[in-house]
Amino acid sequence: MKVINKPIPSVDGKGLMLGRPAYTDDLADKNSLIVKVLRSPHAYAKIVSINSELAEQLEGVEIVLTHKDFNRNAFTRAGQGYPEPSPHDKFVLDEYVRHVGDEVCCVAAKTEKIASEALKLIEVEYEILEPVLDFEQAVDNKNIVHPEEDIYEMFPIGFEPKRNIAAAYHMEVGAVEDTLNESDVVISERFFTQAQAHAMMEPHTVNARLDYMDRLVLYSSTQTPIHVRRILSQTLEVPLSRIRVIKPRVGGGFGGKQALHGEMLVSAVTLKTGKPSKMVYTRKEVFESTCSRHPMRIDISLGATKEGVLEAIDCNILSDTGAYGEHALTVFMVAASKVLPLYNKVKSVRFFGDVVYTNHTSAGAYRGYGAIQGNFALESAIDILCKKLDMDPLKFREINMIKENETSPIFEIMGEGTEGTAMNMDTCKLDYCLERGKELSGWDKIYPYQQISDTKRRAIGVAIAMQGSGIPYIDMGSATIKFNDDGFYNLLIGATDIGQGSDTVLSQIAAETLMCDVDKMIVYSSDSDLTPFDTGAYASSTTYISGNAVYKAALKMKNMLIEEAALALEVEVDTIDFDGQTFTSGEQSITISDLGNRLYYNEGQKQLSATGSYVGTKSPPPFMAGYADITIDVETAEFVINNYTSVVDCGVPLNTKLAQGQVEGGIVQGIGMAVYEEVQINQKGKMVTNDFLSYHIPTRHEIKNLTTEFAKSFEESGPYGAKSVGEIGIDTPPAALANAIYNAVGVRITSLPITPEKILLALKRKDETNE
Amino acid sequence: MKVNFRLNGQRESWNVNDSEYLLDSLRDNNILSVKRGCDTTSCSVCTVLLDGKPVPSCSVLTASIEGKEVTTVEGIKKDAEILAKHMGHEGADQCGFCNPSLALTVYAMRHEIKQPSNDDIKDFLVGNLCRCTGYIGQEKAIKNYLEEINEGNQ
Repeated sequence: MKVINKPIPSVDGKGLMLGRPAYTDDLADKNSLIVKVLRSPHAYAKIVSINSELAEQLEGVEIVLTHKDFNRNAFTRAGQGYPEPSPHDKFVLDEYVRHVGDEVCCVAAKTEKIASEALKLIEVEYEILEPVLDFEQAVDNKNIVHPEEDIYEMFPIGFEPKRNIAAAYHMEVGAVEDTLNESDVVISERFFTQAQAHAMMEPHTVNARLDYMDRLVLYSSTQTPIHVRRILSQTLEVPLSRIRVIKPRVGGGFGGKQALHGEMLVSAVTLKTGKPSKMVYTRKEVFESTCSRHPMRIDISLGATKEGVLEAIDCNILSDTGAYGEHALTVFMVAASKVLPLYNKVKSVRFFGDVVYTNHTSAGAYRGYGAIQGNFALESAIDILCKKLDMDPLKFREINMIKENETSPIFEIMGEGTEGTAMNMDTCKLDYCLERGKELSGWDKIYPYQQISDTKRRAIGVAIAMQGSGIPYIDMGSATIKFNDDGFYNLLIGATDIGQGSDTVLSQIAAETLMCDVDKMIVYSSDSDLTPFDTGAYASSTTYISGNAVYKAALKMKNMLIEEAALALEVEVDTIDFDGQTFTSGEQSITISDLGNRLYYNEGQKQLSATGSYVGTKSPPPFMAGYADITIDVETAEFVINNYTSVVDCGVPLNTKLAQGQVEGGIVQGIGMAVYEEVQINQKGKMVTNDFLSYHIPTRHEIKNLTTEFAKSFEESGPYGAKSVGEIGIDTPPAALANAIYNAVGVRITSLPITPEKILLALKRKDETNE
Repeated sequence: MKVNFRLNGQRESWNVNDSEYLLDSLRDNNILSVKRGCDTTSCSVCTVLLDGKPVPSCSVLTASIEGKEVTTVEGIKKDAEILAKHMGHEGADQCGFCNPSLALTVYAMRHEIKQPSNDDIKDFLVGNLCRCTGYIGQEKAIKNYLEEINEGNQ
């Protein structure tokens, strides 16, 4: 391998470091109108009237848009393929506001100052409604979050809005209750996971203009440009062909930019005024008015034989989707489908529950969605069971976890919003990951804890995880490779680089196949006019799905080039030897540069371009084992994470350093979820953690050391042996840390985040019980 | 009002409102390497050097920089290129949104602390939030950058 499985520097790193204009707001038209949104101060209200006369009269105000300016086209902001598995329960602007920060109306003005002034001049009369703020009380609550009639599901997802249910699901293999009754040892526990904010550094940003052909051109910091085009067309009733969506460099997404946020209002302003317009979300808006992670209540029961064979898993989840049902069902299903197959030898497994509406900020896609919540519950419960069995948690996992060439019935039953796809684990190095992680983390030395001073203990905890690689038969990626004079290429891809490095990795795949250096592969991604179809950056799909498309396009291009070289040399195709630079046949040869110049200027002139597309027929899971090494003060319960060890099977890591970056970035976000982060909403429904002063993402002080390794693994169905690596890193920290805390001080924290306060309280309760 | 200052060594004289922040003035004047990430001086992506010290430009009134020297990443191109090379080798650039501000802060650090330890690096850069990398790759790249700069100075 020439450029695969190597630490190739990212193609855009230097230019971005040097500050070249590249992100959405850098590319806004200088004369853009500034769009600002008036947002609801109430958790739930009906808008009785909006008086915008004074605002409209303000010098510099161009337009005010209210719900009366839009046809009622119910849609979902989720940013998924079509038909979406999320309810169509949102309107661009509505007569109801369903959470603090929901859109009331918008203003476009010449300057930000004028737009802000104008917002203050708008008088809104609200009929304040009683909100649903406790998600455990949402089902069949007398207050209904979505009373309107013109909302609907695209296909059955269990949508019952009059009961505050956005989606519901039930599946069972075997007979769980019977198996639990027959099991020697049974444990049951209830877990809670919190809302987490994406906190990407670049706020959601969008700008629009009409071009010289009177088409709408939108620049958006999105993960799903093709879906944005489709959803804009549906909501604003503009033909798809009249819209171009360009995704420039994006300053982080993590799922938060899969959904559409400012796109509709900015487009509407530009369409109605004919003038360019833009919106940069304030950080407060990013927190309050985009999406966060679905909070869940997870009840889990496990049954095992006394020898430690896991026989039954029963899992009932209640998930809070907030005001709108973006990813209500899909996140919910992943909490089982990318978690429960980890223990595939059970006789029975059941998963069921509801996803409910509340008057909270909407929940949506977020790296590791569903999996991190489910993993926290299952991998904590496994350690609880091990304690009851008096069994080593590594030994238990070795016996019960999924292995190479095995399968789980869940793969066939559960997909994302639909039925799943049966598959065998053609690559699963989880046993290696567990064993190697044990060595690297110093498990044998530390487990369960070491007393390192009168008050301090060092302890260790483990969790294992799996993800997927795209959604089979749904996610599609494609790539076009264009050959140029002088013998270099353009790689045009729909795949959406949001900072994870997909432009680099996909260039590597094309370069490897065409045996050239990465700098001969000029990559351009995510422009709906110029690049081929791709569903976007989500579901851990880009390397595996789009990567396979790139590989197919590159193979086609290679064959085309060899045919043209044979014509040029007047020899048979099968006599040609091509090393990426020179085509040789016996004594004759032609360089790729000469071939390019010949094709475009001299003889047999033609443009060579090749397109490949790919839809997965399975979703090979990456796997990992994560080990949290902590030191805790037993008097204050303050703890530090000394090291987090990750051993990952992602197939072949195509770019060793970028893959490491994906894992470590995921680990630190997972640590954030486990320990530091919590979106908090007060009794009136107002988010109180709406800036970086009140919402704490990990800083470099909290991250002492990370140890990351990859298992040797080759996934036949992946490009150059790759599976995905974008999400797997985030899943293990909550359970590994909860298990480490238990091993240190003997208390089980079942609600995230794991704070010293919760540990102290649990220790106090434990002491009281012992007295 | 008019403000006279130096931007990356060049004399500038800008007409600004007295309530205008430096971040907005810079971006309005096409200095787009300075980014907006939050509105509460907490994320550091809007960092510039003011007389060599890193400050969040979202909280500096442009009117207050009369006679001062403002440095953006364009003013430390050579350092930024070296840091970019090492960030690339560590796979630590990721989304890149915070990288110009990181380069500026690292540049300020190396002028303030002779041979920064791991803890010094963490302390000096703690305000430079990053949601992509997990920090460790960045810190390896920063150490390699410092090493290269120090070797060059010997």
